[in-house]
Amino acid sequence: MMSQLIPLPVALPLLAAAVCLVLYRVGWAQRLLAVSTLVATVAISASLVVSVRADGIGVADLGGWPAPLGITLVADLLSVVLLVVAAVTLLAVHIYAMGHRDAREQSAFFHPLYLILTAGVAASLLSGDLFNLFVAFEVMLISSYALLTLGGTRAQVRAGMTYVVISLVASALFVTAVAFLYAATGTVNMAQLAERVGDLDPALATTLGLVLLVVFGVKAAIFPLFFWLPDAYPTAAAPITAVFAGLLTKVGVYAIIRTQTLIFPHDGPSPMLLWLAALTMAIGVLGAIAQNDVKRLLSFHIVSQIGYMIFGVALFTAGGVAAAIFYTANQMVVKTSLFLVAGTVEDATGTGRIKQLGGMLHRAPLLAALFAISAMSLAGIPPFSGFVAKLAVITEGAAANAWAVVAVSLAVSVCTLFSMTKVWNGVFWGSPEASTVRAGALRSDGLHVRTPTLMVVGTVLLVGVGVALSVGAGPAYDMVVDAGEQLTARAPYIEAVLR
Amino acid sequence: MTHARSLILDTCVRVVFPTALVFSLFLLFTGHNAPGGGFVGGLVAASAFVLLWVAGADPGTGLRVRIDAAVLLGCGLGISVLTAVAPMAFGQPLLDHTSWELYLGPFEKVKLTTTLAFDIGVYLVVVGLALVILNTLGRERTA
Repeated sequence: MMSQLIPLPVALPLLAAAVCLVLYRVGWAQRLLAVSTLVATVAISASLVVSVRADGIGVADLGGWPAPLGITLVADLLSVVLLVVAAVTLLAVHIYAMGHRDAREQSAFFHPLYLILTAGVAASLLSGDLFNLFVAFEVMLISSYALLTLGGTRAQVRAGMTYVVISLVASALFVTAVAFLYAATGTVNMAQLAERVGDLDPALATTLGLVLLVVFGVKAAIFPLFFWLPDAYPTAAAPITAVFAGLLTKVGVYAIIRTQTLIFPHDGPSPMLLWLAALTMAIGVLGAIAQNDVKRLLSFHIVSQIGYMIFGVALFTAGGVAAAIFYTANQMVVKTSLFLVAGTVEDATGTGRIKQLGGMLHRAPLLAALFAISAMSLAGIPPFSGFVAKLAVITEGAAANAWAVVAVSLAVSVCTLFSMTKVWNGVFWGSPEASTVRAGALRSDGLHVRTPTLMVVGTVLLVGVGVALSVGAGPAYDMVVDAGEQLTARAPYIEAVLR
Repeated sequence: MTHARSLILDTCVRVVFPTALVFSLFLLFTGHNAPGGGFVGGLVAASAFVLLWVAGADPGTGLRVRIDAAVLLGCGLGISVLTAVAPMAFGQPLLDHTSWELYLGPFEKVKLTTTLAFDIGVYLVVVGLALVILNTLGRERTA
């Protein structure tokens, strides 16, 4: 039963994308179909979580070819946990996008591309072999190239150029690394790679591991490969920036977790990864503090937060990996919510520059509340889920005696709080007169601004998921602990795939 | 708007365009056990359309192409995904396929496989995407 469900999060959005293309003149049909497909994807992902919890790792061999030969999709706890969070995020952002002016005007190709992006993300998370992981990344990236430049403005094309070139270089390196691994081991199936890479010359195995780390490091924007991100993301339409910020880098982190724990396991903490994590956190947050534009500031925070996830992975303990997974899932929700709020503010005021904003607390109290919840979660203030995530990473770091990085991550937390305060002070506090308002966005009472209903609904949905993750942090954390143990044990994955 | 026409190009296109399309169909159908297939066939067809567009999309033969490229792309993707998903309705894994051997009078033995439908979908996706790109690049800038 489960093996029939596993391919659906990939196949269903692709089919819906095809129908959306055929119906590209009929806006309402596209919207209805896209939303119902995303709801179905959430439901299927949730049922996958339940069945993986109950029956262990699920495997689907496509075309009936058994594991090392055919295309294998694997649903283990790591995959399904991230899949369900990604699906919910995609759904919330889609609801938001339907209310957004820019996205609505460009809707002819927006919906098909968005659904193909969904399929690409799902395929990346479920892929059981390295070559198909490459293909899934390409599906995801190619639709992201188109989504990023959908507006066709000068800034978008310029930023898109950098993004496309960087991504293509990383992709070329990725496919080269896959070829090297195939030449060395004779397989691209990840379970079989896990068995065979151990027999290679250690120097060769380390090199191959490093090449893959560079590839995924570009996608995940870890130091020093992050420079493309703060330029590229903020230029797109608000919903697109939000979904990229929430998902694309996290899929890169997923690939790092998967390959480093399964194929290139490490005994004890990896000093190189620990330093990369510390530098990613510190440089990201320092960049964020220097920014005066909300979306650029948040973009630097994406980089900074990736550092915490890498910190968890770098420990190479079950607990560390579990903390990294929880952190990743939490960031998908929180970071996307922040970008959604920032997008709504920009929609109402016509600017994202902190200096030209102010008093949004009076003009849009609900937005201020949504921002406050997400920002406190990002900074790691109890009782929000961000606190649980940060505490978990730091506790595991302390347990592994990585004190230097623990110190860095605590300092970075303070800086994160500082820059969130900067946004709060600049955008939400102060007198309402301090802010410009876009023509036509002011309500008749002369104080409040209009916020499109669907945009608010999407944001509330996602912030609600974040709050639910805080309330249900206990059971959710138990699940990622199991996921961490499953990953570091390695044997369950290998046995499930190769039987 | 009138463009300067090239007599040599126009005449070439009149011969090459239909020939290339027929060749692309040949590649599409021969692809199961021989070199070819939907992707290669689609590329040949797409290059035929590129040639047609370079010549100004109307090589003086009334050979005007009125296809909604996005619909073509969508149909192709739809056919491929449906062929991939269909086996699941019969309890088989995704992307499974089956084949029949038919004896059709003058054609003797004809082997039909469901992968052909998948390949036709791929063919349409490649042609459709090429046409979307050609139309988008050729469009006057609106904004």
